[in-house]
Amino acid sequence: MAVAATSRARPRGRRTVPGSRAAYGYIAPFFVVFAAFSLYPWLDTAWVSLHNVRLTTYSHQQWVGLANYRNLFSNKFFYNALRNTLTIGIISTVPQLCLALGIAHLLNYRLRGRTFFRVAMLMPYATSLAAATVIFLELFDKDLGIVNWALQQVHLPRLDWQGSKWPSQVAVSAIVTWRWTGYNALIYLAGMQAIDSALYEAAAIDGASRWQQFRHVTIPGLRPTILFTIVVSTIGAAQLFGEPLLYHAGIPDGGTSNQYQTLGLLMYQQGWTNDRLGLASATAWTMFVIIVLAVAVNLLVSRRRDRRGSFPASPAVLEATR
Amino acid sequence: MTSTLAVAEPELVSIDHPVRRTARKPLQAGPGTYLALIAVTLLSVFPLYYTVVMASHTNAEMAARTPPLLPSGALFGNVRLALQLAPLNHGLINSLVVAGCISAGTVAFCTLAGFAFAKLRFRGRNVLLGICVATMMVPMQMGIIPLYLMMARLGLTNHIAAVILPTLVTAFGVFFMRQYLASAIPDELIEAGYVDGAGTFRVFRSIVLPAARPAMAVLAMLTFLTAWNDFFWPIIALSSQNPTVQVSFQSLATGYAPEQSIIMAGTLYGTVPVLVVFALLGKHIVGGIMQGAVKG
Repeated sequence: MAVAATSRARPRGRRTVPGSRAAYGYIAPFFVVFAAFSLYPWLDTAWVSLHNVRLTTYSHQQWVGLANYRNLFSNKFFYNALRNTLTIGIISTVPQLCLALGIAHLLNYRLRGRTFFRVAMLMPYATSLAAATVIFLELFDKDLGIVNWALQQVHLPRLDWQGSKWPSQVAVSAIVTWRWTGYNALIYLAGMQAIDSALYEAAAIDGASRWQQFRHVTIPGLRPTILFTIVVSTIGAAQLFGEPLLYHAGIPDGGTSNQYQTLGLLMYQQGWTNDRLGLASATAWTMFVIIVLAVAVNLLVSRRRDRRGSFPASPAVLEATR
Repeated sequence: MTSTLAVAEPELVSIDHPVRRTARKPLQAGPGTYLALIAVTLLSVFPLYYTVVMASHTNAEMAARTPPLLPSGALFGNVRLALQLAPLNHGLINSLVVAGCISAGTVAFCTLAGFAFAKLRFRGRNVLLGICVATMMVPMQMGIIPLYLMMARLGLTNHIAAVILPTLVTAFGVFFMRQYLASAIPDELIEAGYVDGAGTFRVFRSIVLPAARPAMAVLAMLTFLTAWNDFFWPIIALSSQNPTVQVSFQSLATGYAPEQSIIMAGTLYGTVPVLVVFALLGKHIVGGIMQGAVKG
């Protein structure tokens, strides 16, 4: 990046270049909107979580200290939602990213109809989660769904994809996986195309097989990209909300025995069904802490594994995951 | 990427080799690769195709020993019934307004900020950009309750302005435009503008804006799609009386539809417009996502 202006040595450049003052005018619209509708609400969530707040009387917030947090941490629904968020997160993220890696590898061959395949694989991403969930709800229907019909054809038992715990979690994860696999495959593909071809040539000269090349050149070269997708997927999984909400016809209980209630859903239920906005804010902050911890664990694990190869890692991806 | 005057033809929408310098000559795909890709394509598209089938058959027909695999003409009648059940047309118009306003706002504000971060020197630039990048990681759910209370105070709940305002800018957009402008426009060109006596706004209008157009188009498409498909905040801020199309899916699915085919027909009706647009512009969106992956 020869154009990166920051590192250019220029004595007293800041004074002589026009626009040093005007620059604030250019960034002001962004930061004003951002501060009003993102930053302020994030911080205010912490304040609200220390109060008792009702929708009808939201202007009278009653100070309760840490009562909402005590309430939350002694609540079995919280631990149930935490467990469900974790398990659904794992069943939706792990297969999704593995599949995406394989698909990206396929797309990286010289192909006829390359654009067609790429666009087709992104159709699920273009489908809204609301539509996808309504559609999958019918595909997984106990009596009318094609999934149970297919199971029956291969002499497997029909499953209750709504009522039983693991099938329902798998079904919710299937929606997430269907929508996001193609998207992640494209991200991996972009990463693969940025790997220096000389590395493959060198590996081929050393007699590395296709698989060894994938294992020892592609995967290490993609490490920053993989890390990026893991972090983004973790954040997404921790906030999972729309799919499980619509999967039970818009009721935020996550199934009749809360078998797929996530933290996002619990927060919504506390706030808008039970009218306990303070408690819901406490859940929101707890979720944030969990996300930060999860991302930190991801980064620590990957940093320990990082063998610091000489691959041209995208600075932007690194920056975004720093 | 040395800065020759490549301003007229930035490669943003080229999806083949986003980084030409290091692009490896890909191996020719064998029949096995095609078979695997066709299988993946079918998995991606089948649920959408099958929605058309489900939308045109009654529950009894779907429960048959061998369920139908082809759509029928009953589809159109079912769409009409779905339109009576849920305010889908109202939702589509609202979604168009919402996603249009959000895209316009995001592209305008993020191009301005991206220009400043890429090409202007000012105190606190790196810190502010760092804040901007860091906040991409903070989830929207974090601030949802104060945001709702704010909208209630402003009297905007159940008004589409409540959905438009909070997402009028995105940190991703700023970063995306910054990365593009930093490499698409050589500093020499901008300095030449200053030497000719142009102010920053003149430089922005006459040099940056024309060069930024491809990136702005991609950002507009990505933002439109995200805004159109957003569910979490609209379902909280709006009601079924004044929904976006996503919110109207919820009232359709939870309403009193006598047959699943009607729910499917309505879902299809609300989804097809965006899928058609996507099929037409998909190439550019694919390019944008891949570009965003390499650059940000």
